Amino acid sequence: MSRRTLLTFLAIVVIAVAPLILLRNSDTEFGGADGQAADEVSRIDPDHEPWFSPIWSPPGGETESLLFALQAALGAGVIGYVFGAIRTKHRLTMTGSSTAAGPDGAERVTPSTTG
Amino acid sequence: MHIAEGFLPQSHAVAWTVASAPFVVHGVKQLNTQMREHPDTRMLAAAAGAFSFFLSALKIPSVTGSSSHPTGVAIGAVLFRPPIMAITGVIVLFFQAILLAHGGLTTLGANAFSMAIVGPWAGYGAYRLVRSSTGSLWSGAFAAAVVANLATYITTSVQLGMAFPEADGGVLASIATFLGIFAITQIPLAIIEGLLTAMVVTWLSSYSPAEMKELAVL
Repeated sequence: MSRRTLLTFLAIVVIAVAPLILLRNSDTEFGGADGQAADEVSRIDPDHEPWFSPIWSPPGGETESLLFALQAALGAGVIGYVFGAIRTKHRLTMTGSSTAAGPDGAERVTPSTTG
Repeated sequence: MHIAEGFLPQSHAVAWTVASAPFVVHGVKQLNTQMREHPDTRMLAAAAGAFSFFLSALKIPSVTGSSSHPTGVAIGAVLFRPPIMAITGVIVLFFQAILLAHGGLTTLGANAFSMAIVGPWAGYGAYRLVRSSTGSLWSGAFAAAVVANLATYITTSVQLGMAFPEADGGVLASIATFLGIFAITQIPLAIIEGLLTAMVVTWLSSYSPAEMKELAVL
């Protein structure tokens, strides 16, 4: 992992975790902004009623989190597969163009041709 | 940015669907052409779609004490151009609408307009601008994701403001109200998405240079 990748990764973690630490003494539950917007609609127009309901909604929070986890897992699975495939292809191309590197990218002992 | 099912007045729901439809149809055609003419880029297309699927499932805490999620459309906009992200984004939104009751079918047009059309185009514009002025792929990809993310949520605020004007101050005041909910919340998330996108795009350019050249990114 390059230095820049590592620093970028650390920055991502810090930005995501910082709010939890900074706001640990407030009693916020970090509710969804989409839900807050829906509440705001009810404030602007107290008579507002959705005219259509979802054809199916998860029965509860547990099933909903299951489906969200599944969505992330499927996405991450495909990304992992593609990245693995790209890396393997890259490595094989490197090996093909130069006999100096083995399949693991390490130096390969070239068989002697002088016999 | 997911406007909930049945929330927008019917006339607005229809108008946003009509506005989004041509972009989605064009996106399907572009995707077919891309896959036919550049079959080698199929894997990257799958990764770009998966990226949006993955990131839009993650609700990340923000400094405002609320949570929101990235959209993940910038990477595809940079690699495959914005039209293809119109159909990719719609597929993600459709899945969330029918299986998660997140967003909705009646608001699919409006949500597609913000996340799958305005976001990718704004992000692509930022990418071109930053890439051509700095020459850096990393900075271009970072700018693309930050701008795509913020533009998506600004669009959602405008959509909600137009549908629910404040009694005092009208549409503009209402847009400001909704921006107040989304804008600050979204800034740290936009930076996270920018860093992640820049990381992935530069990784792809070192490990998959042939495909990236075929996509005219390199």
